[in-house]
Amino acid sequence: MYHYDNFDAAFVAARVEQFRDQVARRLSGELTEEQFRPHRLMNGLYLQLHSYMLRVAVPYGVLSSRQMRKLAEIARRYDRGYGHFTTRQNIQYNWPALKDTPDILAELASVEMHAIQTSGNCIRNVTADHFSGVAHDEIADPRPYAEILRQWSSLHPEFSFLPRKFKVAVNGAAHDRAVIQAHDIGLQVVRNEAGELGFSVYVGGGLGRTPMIGRRIRDFLPERDLLAYVEAILRVYNLEGRRDNKFKARIKILVHEKGVEALHEAVEAEFAARDPKALDLPAREIERFRAFFALPELEPKKPLSDRVERRKSKDGRFASFCASNVTPHKAPGYVVVTVSLKAIGAPPGDASADQMDAVADLAEDYSHDEVRVSHEQNLILPHVALDDLAAVYDRLASVGLSTPNAGGISDIIACPGLDYCALATARSIPVAQRIAQRFGDGARARAIGPLKIKISGCINACGHHHVGHIGILGLERAGEETYQITLGGSGDEQAAIGQIVGPGFSSENVVEAIETIVDTYVGLRRDEAETFLDAFRRVGVAPFKEALYERSAGSDI
Amino acid sequence: MLGRSAAAPSARSFESQMSDVITANRLSDGVVVFQTADEGWSEDFNRAAVLADQQATAAALARAKQDEAGNLVVDPYAVPVEERNGHVAPKALREAIRAAGPTNRRDLGKQAMGLAPHSGPRTATEADHVSL
Repeated sequence: MYHYDNFDAAFVAARVEQFRDQVARRLSGELTEEQFRPHRLMNGLYLQLHSYMLRVAVPYGVLSSRQMRKLAEIARRYDRGYGHFTTRQNIQYNWPALKDTPDILAELASVEMHAIQTSGNCIRNVTADHFSGVAHDEIADPRPYAEILRQWSSLHPEFSFLPRKFKVAVNGAAHDRAVIQAHDIGLQVVRNEAGELGFSVYVGGGLGRTPMIGRRIRDFLPERDLLAYVEAILRVYNLEGRRDNKFKARIKILVHEKGVEALHEAVEAEFAARDPKALDLPAREIERFRAFFALPELEPKKPLSDRVERRKSKDGRFASFCASNVTPHKAPGYVVVTVSLKAIGAPPGDASADQMDAVADLAEDYSHDEVRVSHEQNLILPHVALDDLAAVYDRLASVGLSTPNAGGISDIIACPGLDYCALATARSIPVAQRIAQRFGDGARARAIGPLKIKISGCINACGHHHVGHIGILGLERAGEETYQITLGGSGDEQAAIGQIVGPGFSSENVVEAIETIVDTYVGLRRDEAETFLDAFRRVGVAPFKEALYERSAGSDI
Repeated sequence: MLGRSAAAPSARSFESQMSDVITANRLSDGVVVFQTADEGWSEDFNRAAVLADQQATAAALARAKQDEAGNLVVDPYAVPVEERNGHVAPKALREAIRAAGPTNRRDLGKQAMGLAPHSGPRTATEADHVSL
């Protein structure tokens, strides 16, 4: 992984001291809240429903054991003993005191972490595929590019006051696990006919109140032009993006209003007018970054493990875990383990300090000191030898982290919702908990197969509901929570926005409605290999609408 | 006069007119606080002064703004309340959660310290939600 050099360390340390001074001046009254707010937001500090909330950046979701232990320590010492991993691969603390935040940031800096640009109208933490560098279907590791973008964009003076926030995601495999088409800029690593590396460039994706799938404006951008082209996009957006209306200020609206062809022309013109040397990325510089993310030296292993096969034959739950939470690694004899933060009935994405420590220990003992955070609010142990899988599983089980449900119906993304968030209009977490309890992680869930349910507690869509196979949007109507359901959304390379199925459901009835949808799918699928999404794409919304509103009691709103 | 405390409602019906309490977040730690009858602030909703009319709310909010200017609290605002089960409670679910804590973690927030509104769950469905 990337390690700070002297410049990085001094830069982050200086920011901590600046913030310490800003907090002291706020507490003394020298700064008003209006004056202080931009400073705290640029350091990831929000004022939420119950307290302040600190959002800590986990660059492209990569953590070392040491960093994970520090996150646990902060949870214990400064918060309430847990943290919440988010759909942006970050971690949030829900209860920090303002007066403690400079010390928290200093603790983070001691392990090469910070909270810079996790809020505000700037380029946010760059996200990437959580299986980067280990995926068997990978074209190239996206993390070196993500790190280059991170360094270039950190406190970039031209792009610190954009019309609105700006999110960049990079994916390096054939399968899009980074939801790049729902980002302001999505970069897909590709090779051209000559075998050279570069990017397909998508612009103007986004969820929120106006969901849009990104438009591809370049089929192949040479890797050396990465920064210059991203800069050209940002310059066009910075000049032309709407600053008169917060709700129309994202680049997706500019793409929509200006037209993708016109935007593409403007970007190409800006790109052509660049100083060709200013942001050129020489191959040797890319190689320097690539070296930080080299695969660890993995001792060659047999691709099958007798130990694992024996255990699977006598332990059904372990076999389920292997089927759902274990993914092939590019090195034979190794696997990628998804640690589900979706124990049945638990708040999605929450991990206790003890659980964080346990994962850090496991990473140190079995995964070359590396952990990943996925946008699906799970953790990943990326380099586990197949022979060690049972030992890893047993230790995960001892801290309640062995739930065999990754990618299944109870592996639900949910934003914090009205239980924590000042913007939310309805609760998300309790709905996720009840759905998970209804379907569980056993035979019924396995029979349903791969299914992504995503829940947001307001139209800002932090829970990615628009791209859920089943999306749930919590709203407030006449003082009561109501839940609107969308079907057929997808966040992968065939990205799609879900269709609203019909009138919403009350909190009381929403789980029943989800069960009706799932039962309808199971009843109409061709065979068990036809997933929910495949079946939906074949039959459309009509059978689900009929089951929800004609055959059953229907919506209660 | 700021009026009576939320913990000791009179028999008078709240339905006939809106009543408010004033809330804010404490600057130093962000904790949710409520303005009390003695013009201070309490972490306990049940100690909040209930303001019987718009005039009282406006006056209390003006005092709260002074406390904001004095760097005690941040973002004070009025919260409509109603009588429920013989106690005063926030009308909106958002404010009920703010006054008690997350509904999915009863071990967190004011409810964990016995400071939640005395009126219990806001709706029947809320009681059905999972508590861990």
